[in-house]
Amino acid sequence: MHGFANPARFLKLARLLTVPLLASGVLLVAASLGWGLFGAPPERLQGDSVRILFVHVPAAWLGMGGWTAIAIASLTELVWRHPLAGIAARAIALPGAFFSLLCLLTGSLWGRPAWGTWWVWDGRLTSMLVLFFLYCAYIALADAATRDGQAGSRIPSIFGLVGAVNIPIIHFSVLWWNSLHQPPSISMGKSEMAPEFLWGLLASTLGFSLIFGAVVLMRMRAILADQQAEARLRRRAMEGGDD
Amino acid sequence: MTENLNHWSFVTASYALTIAGTAALTLHSWLAMRRAEARRERSREQ
Repeated sequence: MHGFANPARFLKLARLLTVPLLASGVLLVAASLGWGLFGAPPERLQGDSVRILFVHVPAAWLGMGGWTAIAIASLTELVWRHPLAGIAARAIALPGAFFSLLCLLTGSLWGRPAWGTWWVWDGRLTSMLVLFFLYCAYIALADAATRDGQAGSRIPSIFGLVGAVNIPIIHFSVLWWNSLHQPPSISMGKSEMAPEFLWGLLASTLGFSLIFGAVVLMRMRAILADQQAEARLRRRAMEGGDD
Repeated sequence: MTENLNHWSFVTASYALTIAGTAALTLHSWLAMRRAEARRERSREQ
């Protein structure tokens, strides 16, 4: 892991991966959403609204996966002081927030025809909304730390770690409390989903994950480039001051 | 009371939100990266 602590080595790898990740993600998403819209059959009980599955589930997966990655990066930053871990966590925050919001919006659009309501204050929906607010707070904290010249501040990392307590709550909420939301259809090694939905869903989830990865690499490259330009300008200003 | 809702309008709205949002996020990240890398190059040349 520390082999990539060197930003130059990381940048070389990131430049190599950004476009292939994005291109393969876009192709997979286009194919799976095409299947979701025109290939998959209507479901017996939910009718055509089941097609929302192909965008809602990847958004939920990336919203939760994003925060899990922030928590791992925060732990890595706090314990091992890995120089890229904090940058990775900051780069994940905006796409994570976006996919959490997308999960809430597409869930609401699915809930109206399926449940007859846009929103209910049950465990799953509420904990997902809390996740979106956690992302917003993380972004605000990280931005404030950067603005105050404390990019290495530990506060966002501690917040990223503490916020991870919400992830198991989201996952188990449909088992712990009564909910309109259905329990998980896919668990480790088994699925209750018909193959015509399952394969399209897996392709769409993989495609969106690849796009997510490409976006995180772009944002990490942007943060690193900003830091390098800032450091160079500061050094030059100090050299100018010495003359 | 049962409602006769057209499911396709909800499906279309979901897909449109997802595609437009993901495209905007990707474009925003790409432009931010290009801007930052151009700024770094300028600082190197100065």
